[in-house]
Amino acid sequence: MSDAQNAVELIGIWKRFPGVIANSNVNLKVAKGTVHAIVGENGAGKSTLMKILYGMQKADEGQILVSGKEQVFDSPSDAIDVGIGMVHQHFMLADNLTVLENIILGSEIRKGFRLDVSGAKMKISEIAKKYGLELPLDEYVSEFGVGDRQRIEILKVLYRGANVLILDEPTAVLVPHEVDELFKALNDLKSEGITIIFISHKLDEVLTIADEITVIRTGSTVGTVNPKTQTVTAEDLAEMMVGSELPTPATSESTVTDKVVLDVKDLTVTAHGGKEIINHVNFKIHAGEILGIAGVEGNGQAELLDALLGIEKSTGTVQFLDQDISDWSTRRRRESGIAYIPEDRQRQALLLDAPLWENRMLGHQTLPPNSKGFWLTPRSAKADTTRIVSEYDVRTPSIDVYASALSGGNQQKLIVGREMSGEPKLLIAAHPTRGVDVGAQAAIWDHLRAARAAGLAVLLISADLDELIGLSDSLKVILRGKFVADADPATVTPKQLGNAMTGAGAAA
Amino acid sequence: MKLRKLVDVLAAPLLAIVFSLVVTGVILASFGANIFEVFSRMFDYGTSTRSLTLITNTATTYYLSAVAVAIGFKMNIFNIGVNGQYRLAAMTAAAVAGWIAMPGPLSAVAAILVAMFVGALWAGIAAWLKVVRGISEVISTIMLNYLAIGVISYVIVQTGIGTEVKLNVRGTPKIQEGARLAGYALIDPKVKVYGFFFIAIAVGIIYWVVLNRTRFGYDLRASGLSPSAATASGVNSKRMVVYSMLASGAIAGLVGLPDLLGKEFSYTLNFPANYGFTGIAVALLGRNNPIGIAFGALLWAFLDISSQILDLEGVPREIVTIMQGVIVLSVVVAYELVRRNRVRTQQQNVGKALAAATTNEGSK
Amino acid sequence: MARISLPQAKFVRISLLIFAGITALSLARTFADTADLSSTGTIGAAVGLAVPIGLAGLGGIWSERSGIANIGLEGMMILGTFGAGWAGWQWGPWAGVAAAVIYGALGAFIFAVVTVSFGVDQIIAGTAINILGFGITQFLAKLAFENAPGGGQTQSPPVTALPSITISQIADPLSSLQKQGIFIISDAAGLLSGFFFQVSIITLLAIAMFVLTAFILWRTSFGLRMRSAGENPWAAESLGVNVYKYKYIAVTTSGALAGLAGAYLAIVGTNVYREGQTAGRGYIGLATMIFGNWRPGGTAAGASIFGYIDALQLRSKSNISGLALLGAIILIAIAIMMLLRGMRGTGAALGLLGAALLSAFLLTTKLPTEVALVAPYVTTLLVLATASQSLRPPAADGVIYRRGEAH
Repeated sequence: MSDAQNAVELIGIWKRFPGVIANSNVNLKVAKGTVHAIVGENGAGKSTLMKILYGMQKADEGQILVSGKEQVFDSPSDAIDVGIGMVHQHFMLADNLTVLENIILGSEIRKGFRLDVSGAKMKISEIAKKYGLELPLDEYVSEFGVGDRQRIEILKVLYRGANVLILDEPTAVLVPHEVDELFKALNDLKSEGITIIFISHKLDEVLTIADEITVIRTGSTVGTVNPKTQTVTAEDLAEMMVGSELPTPATSESTVTDKVVLDVKDLTVTAHGGKEIINHVNFKIHAGEILGIAGVEGNGQAELLDALLGIEKSTGTVQFLDQDISDWSTRRRRESGIAYIPEDRQRQALLLDAPLWENRMLGHQTLPPNSKGFWLTPRSAKADTTRIVSEYDVRTPSIDVYASALSGGNQQKLIVGREMSGEPKLLIAAHPTRGVDVGAQAAIWDHLRAARAAGLAVLLISADLDELIGLSDSLKVILRGKFVADADPATVTPKQLGNAMTGAGAAA
Repeated sequence: MKLRKLVDVLAAPLLAIVFSLVVTGVILASFGANIFEVFSRMFDYGTSTRSLTLITNTATTYYLSAVAVAIGFKMNIFNIGVNGQYRLAAMTAAAVAGWIAMPGPLSAVAAILVAMFVGALWAGIAAWLKVVRGISEVISTIMLNYLAIGVISYVIVQTGIGTEVKLNVRGTPKIQEGARLAGYALIDPKVKVYGFFFIAIAVGIIYWVVLNRTRFGYDLRASGLSPSAATASGVNSKRMVVYSMLASGAIAGLVGLPDLLGKEFSYTLNFPANYGFTGIAVALLGRNNPIGIAFGALLWAFLDISSQILDLEGVPREIVTIMQGVIVLSVVVAYELVRRNRVRTQQQNVGKALAAATTNEGSK
Repeated sequence: MARISLPQAKFVRISLLIFAGITALSLARTFADTADLSSTGTIGAAVGLAVPIGLAGLGGIWSERSGIANIGLEGMMILGTFGAGWAGWQWGPWAGVAAAVIYGALGAFIFAVVTVSFGVDQIIAGTAINILGFGITQFLAKLAFENAPGGGQTQSPPVTALPSITISQIADPLSSLQKQGIFIISDAAGLLSGFFFQVSIITLLAIAMFVLTAFILWRTSFGLRMRSAGENPWAAESLGVNVYKYKYIAVTTSGALAGLAGAYLAIVGTNVYREGQTAGRGYIGLATMIFGNWRPGGTAAGASIFGYIDALQLRSKSNISGLALLGAIILIAIAIMMLLRGMRGTGAALGLLGAALLSAFLLTTKLPTEVALVAPYVTTLLVLATASQSLRPPAADGVIYRRGEAH
């Protein structure tokens, strides 16, 4: 059954976590020297599967075959020993160590007791030259941006002599032209005989790069297709992934009114040391309008949101419903009707070790139904939590469980439900559907559209360009803290938008 | 459900206490002591009316100290500085009550207010350093403890505030009768329960109400659970640090007063010095919960008082300190294990609920 | 904005700092007329007092570089003092040193089990270790020493001394040069002479430990892996590094070093174990580690400053005025430098403090001993308050890491 032509073969893999089955009977064959994509929606079990293949987690059942030989991995070093390497979705780099230290860590070359630094440098430079991944080795990693960090990660893997390279959602943080560069590098690696396992949920990209595609749905493999010999479309893959068409974020007719809800003039955020992270920004949002902000992460989006919420100090004026709120505290701004769906829900929007009903209060603890004057009102807060749970379809046995027990999608539905309560006038939403399953994604989009129709003004930040283009009424592109272009969501393509985001070209 | 919850709450401390009994039992046995004899002597001695009164009084002090620590813990602030705060506070209060002539009760009230103020002030330095200069309160409060010792020694030894209260013992002048809270002989006819016992109970109630029933308490707990989420929810995190540190320091300021107003009546250089660390231990044992802390304080006081008999038995009474150390160490481990277990069960329950929901939908 | 920055080359910078320090010392000695500020005796005592603090700080470096904040150093040091007294009294000083190291390491091992394997908050666990360490030693001391000849409930019988080394060919001429009172030159000679006169073997051992630690941390793969555990344990785990193992080794070593510090106190500093002997030096060690920026060199410098202040006030009360003047000179110098660099607020605050000290020196004839008593703690707070922004603690210091929970 197994043969040595397969770089990796997984047979009957099962993995259970408390309350969830992450993988059930997964079977996978990856031929040598190919790019094999694994697709599936968020939470389908792709990452768990790869952690099993890389020895970070142990399967409850099943076999792993590498080049036809069965292997048991107790830790990543066992996987590394047989030539498997992994680039994680969230980079695994130590900021305060140098590039060199990050690369050699765990597989150091030694000279007696000492680290052989020059030997390691020689080896790395050789590999770097071969694949075009040259980097200054003595700099601290904290100095590098996302693209370079990914190159460091790939160098790490190659340094260990890997011939099977697992890439977990490698394009999630890249803009289109960086994706092109990555794909070029992957093709070079492939021509050197290296096998690549490519995990993604972006179907267009997968169809471009992969020789074979395996689809995973709710923890099991549902099939493998070969886009080189079969005609496969993104719609076909989506059908396999979720059993139906993927939801689209597209909005119908415009609901934009001429009532200005938010009017920002000359907003500037200055970092320690005088650098302007947000540089004299102006914009307006009307009732019923969704304004999308496109940009590569780290170009000032986080600071912009913090400034609008009064978390970060800023200069310039912010007018909200004809009132100058520039000097208002965060609390006063939120009390006056600014709702907030933050980027990192676990860190910024939830108290993980507190029950759902206490999470219902968060951000609204000074308003009914959560409090009355100085005193909390737990009873009405609980009642309202029950309402949110049923209206927003939060799957939970009770409102007394801790937020940490819910899945990402359900956590996000609770947050959206909370923020839509109390008739907000403005919603500031960052990546509202990041990391949630398609069901929750569709539901959240529906809620956003409904609120927009009811006159809510929305500031939307998202790395998912389809979501951004689909939902927004107007688009602005942010680069190094400045708005560098406007785009019309009706006509702009993700590619054009991506180019504008890196300053490579103007958006339509 | 209620019973389960109770089991959940009690499992960890009981486990820790049993474990520490085993450890101390093994230590005692290895030195040839009769374990049951030792423990039963302790129990007999500790349950006499005299001992019970002393336990109540000691527990009063421990309770206040633990509440002071717990206020910080609730928002992930580690006030190791209770020692310095209460000593400085008690000295100042003693000096004020001892030197300034006021009608008795007024003098007592003044002592309490001054103590709270000084405690808050000393803790406030650490708060300021944390908020403005980003210095961990763990280090700064430790340094402030030693600084307080220096200040106290200077005031008592070098200035006119200190006088010779006993032969070769310098301290503040004795507080007048009327300003004392010597207490009431409730349990034993000869020993009085400190008047401060009732104040400690009030402090516990206020602590619970503020924490669980007010917006301020919510902001405080939110800041402890997730500073970033609290900030996004509109809590001014720096201000919260200052408030909680001030509150913690104010309560810490009370820690020396049960002894001062109930027994010592003068602050000398021999004033009890280590209530702060006991407070940390008791707060950990009681999980920052006002009722849990009360049990913790009573247990600690019981161990301290009942062990006094042991020296007569030829067993060093410090065995109790070992016991307390083992309890603290094992209770934090036990709480962590219980927490993990709870998270796992909850995830399983959510998983089950989800699975049930999906099958229902399928059968529709 | 005017920006005057020191020369970048590390060696030049450090030399300049040392020279500036000696100049300040010389100025203070001359104007306060206290020769003792830089006498061989003072420096010798300072080195001796610095050793236990420095060793505790070094222990802190080991633990915290691996990502475990170790406030339990004090407790481990207490265990060390007891071990030294107990074994040292019965089987000689070297047995005492060995027992101290083992006791300290044992305490640290328990701490590692609780923090690494069970993932308990490290500050809480450290406090618990301190309580436990104190309790156990009190208990054992009563049992072990109460009926021993020359011992008592809280004190061990005396331990015989360890060898110390004097190189009189160097020490004597330096010492006589120091006594001549030549500006700067005598002070430098005094500083140096302290390192050649009655230097305990443990002091040499401690210096060797500092060098060795620096070598291990930055020149070996073991050190790299240990640091990676404190910077990003998940990254280390993903490369097959057994993070638990490195944390265990690092924490246990930190306890061994704290134990050695305890041995120094009990055998070299005095010649008995005595209850309360550590007097918070574990905490001070931790503070020196912080303002030494989690590096051996900086930590050694911090420990030396503490040792020096302590030595001055222990030797003579009249030194305190000189100390105040020295403090004032240094504060004012730093304040001027900060003002030149545009750090107005901090500079002004330090300047004011310096001025206050200076006027205290000028206006009083005798400063109270408490000034010297609190000087180390005030220094710590001042250094932290002025330098905390530029410190670089390990990124995952104090963070609870559990295997397989990478995000």
